[in-house]
Amino acid sequence: MKILTEHIEVPGIETIDVYRKHGGYQAVEKALKKMTPDEVTEEVKKSGLRGRGGAGFPVGMKWSFLAKPEGVPRYLVCNADESEPGTFKDHYLMWKSPHTLIEGMIVSSYALGANTSYIYVRGELMYVIYILEKAIQEAYDKGLLGKNILGSGYDLDLYVQSGGGAYICGEETALLESLEGKRGNPRNKPPFPAVKGLWQCPTVVNNVESISATSWIVNNGGDAYAQIGVGRSTGTKLISASGHIRKPGVYEIPLGITVEDFIYSDEWCGGIRDGHKLKAVVAGGSSVPILPAELILTTAAGEKRLMTYESLSDGGFATGTMLGSGGFIVMDETTCIVHNTLTFARFYHHESCGQCSPCREGTGWMDKVIKRIEMGQGRKEDIDLLVDVAKKIEGNTICPLGDAAAWPVAAAIRHFRDEFEWHIEHPELATQPGAVYMRPGASWSN
Amino acid sequence: MKVTIDNITLEVEPGTTIMQAARMIGPEIAPPAMCYYEPLKGTGGKCRGCLVKVTAGSEKDPRPMPKLVPSCITAVQDGMIVENTINEQVLETRKGIVEFLLLNHPLDCPVCDQAGECHLQDFSFEHGVSSTRTVEERNTFEPVDLGPYIKLNMNRCILCYRCVYAADQLTEGRVHGVMHRGDHAEISTYIEKAIDNDFSGNVIDVCPVGALTDRTYRFKSRVWFSKPEDAHCECEKCSGKVTLWYRGEEVIRVTARKNEWGEVKDFICNTCRFERKKTSDWVIEGPTKIARHSVISANKYGANLIKPSFPIKQAALAYKPIDDNRDRSFLPAKKSLPSSEKK
Repeated sequence: MKILTEHIEVPGIETIDVYRKHGGYQAVEKALKKMTPDEVTEEVKKSGLRGRGGAGFPVGMKWSFLAKPEGVPRYLVCNADESEPGTFKDHYLMWKSPHTLIEGMIVSSYALGANTSYIYVRGELMYVIYILEKAIQEAYDKGLLGKNILGSGYDLDLYVQSGGGAYICGEETALLESLEGKRGNPRNKPPFPAVKGLWQCPTVVNNVESISATSWIVNNGGDAYAQIGVGRSTGTKLISASGHIRKPGVYEIPLGITVEDFIYSDEWCGGIRDGHKLKAVVAGGSSVPILPAELILTTAAGEKRLMTYESLSDGGFATGTMLGSGGFIVMDETTCIVHNTLTFARFYHHESCGQCSPCREGTGWMDKVIKRIEMGQGRKEDIDLLVDVAKKIEGNTICPLGDAAAWPVAAAIRHFRDEFEWHIEHPELATQPGAVYMRPGASWSN
Repeated sequence: MKVTIDNITLEVEPGTTIMQAARMIGPEIAPPAMCYYEPLKGTGGKCRGCLVKVTAGSEKDPRPMPKLVPSCITAVQDGMIVENTINEQVLETRKGIVEFLLLNHPLDCPVCDQAGECHLQDFSFEHGVSSTRTVEERNTFEPVDLGPYIKLNMNRCILCYRCVYAADQLTEGRVHGVMHRGDHAEISTYIEKAIDNDFSGNVIDVCPVGALTDRTYRFKSRVWFSKPEDAHCECEKCSGKVTLWYRGEEVIRVTARKNEWGEVKDFICNTCRFERKKTSDWVIEGPTKIARHSVISANKYGANLIKPSFPIKQAALAYKPIDDNRDRSFLPAKKSLPSSEKK
């Protein structure tokens, strides 16, 4: 079942003619001519579509929270500042099929009553910005954007804005600050963007994938979308699979397949690379807790883990993780978890905006301590120190970046404490190039 | 609106923040504020020093808030119950915040002009621990001059953004800001440029630490050796209400008047602050009221004077001349007790 990537491999799908030949922009015609904005919102609510940027907040509910005071403009902002290590799905979608996003933007803006909408694209993806701008120009030429779209009386202007390359600008309020031309510091909440967002006007910020899915929902109805998936995890999800698998890439999966299927089935990742076996998985982008092989395939209760929001977070952080943004990083037994954690910690140290003290100082501290352990200069008390620092950051910051920095470190120590201890106790072995700790009883190959 | 903070209930106006309500009760209950500065709009929420636990959101919705909330920017709801100094989690978090703020701080209080009136000193004295857990190298910056009057020592900065808001709201055109990200973020003018504006000196007063200091006062005195006097003058640019800091007969520093929370309500101009340093420029109103616990009040006012006579008396009573059989006949005749007895 493919919704977003059904025609993505068709040559020339990035042009509006080919895109329309494959059923493109039908949702715009249907929504603008036959439906009211509230009906579109109602369909999205029925679909149970959840935000694909990481938090998994229901999109329809987010839309219904939008304040609608008279005489104040409303905005829709598409968050295309995808910078999470391990996540590259939005990039793929926008690059291959920009019109999917633009169609979704028109439909969503219509539902929200926004006459100006923005796509905030990560600064490093300059060529994607050119692709999007070309596609937007095509849409303007065909009368799908601009004044009086398709004779419906609805006006929409769509702009692409490039970010400066900061991970923090993927946080919605930092994104809005950056869009306003200021330093990308997250705002204190409340007020939430739904009340005071861009230029203090009501604003909805949604992920590329969430917005793109709305056009299919309008075409086929919310109920049809809700039938895909399991329970409250409906529809399909783009998963960026990377790491030690046979076939890395972006896969659109119906939510509800098992994790085991996803890793080992030939339809998806195709299994671990030859001669190696699964050690750990980061299931939803670098900020979610890492899980060892036995916990990612089955839950602590012994059930098979599914690729859904609920199943992956089963057991809380003690034995579970999160679906997050779908950055599925697979590691085999040649991966040093300490080194991997250092990579993540260094990333968050580099990307912390420096506004609130726990995150600014804590991320740097964790980075330095893990670096010392990795370099063979760890002290016994460092492991508990890391756990304590992570605990003091988590939940005490303005935005979720603090949590995102604390979780991977805390989880790595929770599940792979012996590996950290080995690094501290045997620095002469641990600092050898390519040295990896082997748990007693573990073997190198299948 | 009724709000209960640490089991003390009081009535407040709608729109009051938890911090303001706690300050109405008194300094014992008020959470520490490192970045929040009431006279400047938009400050607060950054240092996380004032995090408190809300155990009941409001009368209507008495659920506790899941996370600790920053009291300086959270408005009270009717029937809200807040725990500040009686909550273990809050105090533990605050210890962590002190640790984070001091992580890259040089701890150079002995040579810092702000020592004695530094909010970070107070904060770490009240909430910090006496030991450190870090062995990491601290981030360092070179101190720079921002024009003829202001010295920036970025090592001490806690990035509270107060000076940024002050420059935004008090001066026309801010020329400094925060550059870079994370723990290498710094206050800077980008290209080394002087902050040159009639009200630029106020960034010194709003700085909670010794990052921005007065170059005309640099290394002249420790704050507890100087004696503050309230004074005013006719100034066409500002209110002219200042505090003069005397050492002997000499005015060594002029600052705006700070209230009990260390906040300035009447900002002063650079002429008052840096140019008028003679007693004859001012009309003296009298000694500044200084909180008893402050180091500034030490040894200045009779009421606070702790006389060392008691321990000396005790020592004198216990004094016994040592008899080691040496010949002392050549010594002059000696009194039997130290002379402190007379005082």
